[in-house]
Amino acid sequence: MKKFLITLLFAPIMAFASGGNVHLDKWPGSVSDKAALQNGAKLFVNYCLNCHGASYMRYKTLTELGLTEQQVRDNLMFTSDKIGGLMAVAARSDEQKLWFGATPPDLTIVARARGEAGNAGAGADWLYTYLRSFYRDPNRPTGWNNVVFENVGMPNPLWQLQGQQVRDHESHKLEMAVPGQLSPAEFDKAVSDLVGFMVWMGEPQQEFRRTLGWFVLAFLALLFVVSYALKKEYWKDIH
Amino acid sequence: MSNQGKMDCGRRRLIVATAAVGGVGAVAALVPFVSSLLPSERAKAAGAPVEVDIGKLDAGQMMTVEWRGKPVWVINRTKAMLETLPKLDDQVADPKSEKPQQPQYAQNEHRSIKPEYMIVVGICTHLGCSPSSKFKAGAEEGMPANWLGGFLCPCHGSTFDFAGRVFKAKPAPTNLEVPPHVYLSDTRVLIGEDKKGA
Amino acid sequence: MAAGNFEKYKSDGSIGGNVLEWVDARFPATSMYKGHLSEYYAPKNFNFWYFFGSLALLVLVIQIVTGIFLVMHYKPDAALNANGVPIAFASVEYIMRDVPGGWIIRYMHSTGASAFFIVVYLHMFRGLLYGSYRKPRELTWLFGVGIFLVLMGEAFFGYLLPWGQMSFWGAQVIVNLFSAIPVIGPDLSIIIRGDYVVGDATLNRFFSFHVIAFPLILLGLVAAHLLALHETGSNNPDGIDIKENKDENGIPRDGIPFHPYYTVKDIVGVVVFLMVFSAVLFFAPEGGGYFLETPNFYPADPLKTPPHIAPVWYFTPFYSILRAMVWNFFGLDAKFWGVVAMGASVVIFAFLPWLDRSPVRSIRYRGPIYKTMLTIFVICFFILGYLGTLSPSPMGELVSQVCTVFYFGFFLGMPWWSRMDKFKPVPERVTMK
Repeated sequence: MKKFLITLLFAPIMAFASGGNVHLDKWPGSVSDKAALQNGAKLFVNYCLNCHGASYMRYKTLTELGLTEQQVRDNLMFTSDKIGGLMAVAARSDEQKLWFGATPPDLTIVARARGEAGNAGAGADWLYTYLRSFYRDPNRPTGWNNVVFENVGMPNPLWQLQGQQVRDHESHKLEMAVPGQLSPAEFDKAVSDLVGFMVWMGEPQQEFRRTLGWFVLAFLALLFVVSYALKKEYWKDIH
Repeated sequence: MSNQGKMDCGRRRLIVATAAVGGVGAVAALVPFVSSLLPSERAKAAGAPVEVDIGKLDAGQMMTVEWRGKPVWVINRTKAMLETLPKLDDQVADPKSEKPQQPQYAQNEHRSIKPEYMIVVGICTHLGCSPSSKFKAGAEEGMPANWLGGFLCPCHGSTFDFAGRVFKAKPAPTNLEVPPHVYLSDTRVLIGEDKKGA
Repeated sequence: MAAGNFEKYKSDGSIGGNVLEWVDARFPATSMYKGHLSEYYAPKNFNFWYFFGSLALLVLVIQIVTGIFLVMHYKPDAALNANGVPIAFASVEYIMRDVPGGWIIRYMHSTGASAFFIVVYLHMFRGLLYGSYRKPRELTWLFGVGIFLVLMGEAFFGYLLPWGQMSFWGAQVIVNLFSAIPVIGPDLSIIIRGDYVVGDATLNRFFSFHVIAFPLILLGLVAAHLLALHETGSNNPDGIDIKENKDENGIPRDGIPFHPYYTVKDIVGVVVFLMVFSAVLFFAPEGGGYFLETPNFYPADPLKTPPHIAPVWYFTPFYSILRAMVWNFFGLDAKFWGVVAMGASVVIFAFLPWLDRSPVRSIRYRGPIYKTMLTIFVICFFILGYLGTLSPSPMGELVSQVCTVFYFGFFLGMPWWSRMDKFKPVPERVTMK
């Protein structure tokens, strides 16, 4: 009987071990770093929100990053004049389809959507690697390609910051051909902040959720102690 | 199970303890459910204060804006309209606006911040219909001959004067509600909030 | 222990007593309370495995209550909103962000769906361990299989509602299965969808089934399951009939009143379950991408299939059996046999009471054959479940075929192998281990 249960226990562990194909760099940031998230919000609004919506998010939610409503109004609100408004893209989706051939996807929960079965946090790593892996490719209509997302429709949105990379034909390694405004280290930090913002935006209450979780578990532990004592007390009768 | 009726003290104490802790948990579990019944962020955003430009409103005209899904009237009252108000003091139910149907700053003779501009929620205080305007004095718009101008609720016949004060012996219990509002400039008014930029 | 054989309540003169007497004269309050709780005698040797029945009831309540609140905000509408997102999908994110407390309710419901299947699988496994399906509890078992079937339907309909990529393509694949049925198949799948593809009509009818029809059937079956159980009395880890040994008052010597003994015990089980449930809900609500599949964070796009679609984990064992069928038989193609095999793999549980011919109920008194068979069966179930989450591969196909053969072999061979075992003598009275 015991042996039998042990076999059962191990079956799922044997079962769940798998890997991906493209190597992803680990996202180095954290969603509790408010300053980084604020910087990420600024980058997001300036470089992403022109084409991509974040249409489940309200500008007001940005105040949870430690900003006042006035700061949000002055620095981050370009597509709405209402603090309670959604971070929708200014262009209409059918017009965008005409311009780009496809509607750029909404990015509110893209960090969650890019996760993997067995590794829900992989979305951050994917975004962090993807946004740093654009290279110049004259064969593409946009002039850009990406190592992680082959034949991607989007040109490098951060090229002014990053510069222009090219891909070596033999080694397949990326090399910086034209430097950008930021050094590679600065750029990695900027992308990390941007990814952090997108992870946070995927579920703005996630930190609160975890904090609340500890309280709930502590409470249930207390309830366990009393209810177990009650059970023990009653079961003294049973022999 | 043999000791029915003589439940010992320890057992009783544990029942109370478990019930108490479990009860606290049950109440805590209710919090998300009850709070989900409150207005959502979307409702709050839709009910956010509205900024209105009243510069183009001619004397004697009225405009309607939507705030929290309700019609809010802005009326640019003429001298003649304002002069009707004191004459009606003995005919209206609450001439001094003593019932809290308006913010403090609108508790005056003309029930407004600026005498000419009346800002009022266009919802009858009886059962929630929106009264229609009967601005012309006399019987011209189907009102009694001694009518000086104001509003008539089509549902149950309550009448209001140019300050939204309800006439006596009508179904509506109180004057029309004046929403919180603030003048951002001479011609721009923010309806729904008292304080600038808060 | 049928309700109804108890004396009516006689008031002690207090107000509460008078009210109870009045009610009792018109409604079987006392007799239901006694028959199902305070004088329902359950074997005293229930172990860990006996928590999962009451936990399934708890999860059912969680799902119904959270479901009621979700319906207040959810909109089953496949049309696009102003931002180009399907309204149904956006309404789920609306619940997650804009509705106060909405995210907790939604995560309770999504975690509850997986928890339901975990609890029900463990509850069914308990039945296999201790022979709970054996005579005279065949009807309890049949109602249980009915609950399992309805639960699968309920989960399937519910999974379409978020209108994400997995919702859409999962429904697309499963509904197309019905088109494999000869002659009526293609028309049948159109009737199910109400359209030529999964669309707004499908979403609305699935919503209706999910929130009204199936919950009603489920509640009816749960009531029948419990009534049937309380008619025969509960089985126990020793597989002994405690009613065979009663004391002078007609009370089973090995039985204890369900209330208070098992109510206080089940409360402990509930608390432990809630701790696990909360740990998932608050720290890993996606369940590692298995409870909430990550492609479902993209809205449904009828023009683009995700690179890899897998059903939610609780369907994957049966999905693997479907995929394992790759041969055409009797002029009917493999797709049809896959559907037949998948359907059979669920329904076959219903025949267990008549397939099992062993003289004892519990695994405790069965020999090595049953223990081996059950172990391999469970391992096969896990392997099939795991393979169902992966993309098809030649190796996976072969393994799933082997496991499928064993899966059915376990049931179909049972009338023979269950009799051949070496059995241990069953004691007279239950044992407290």
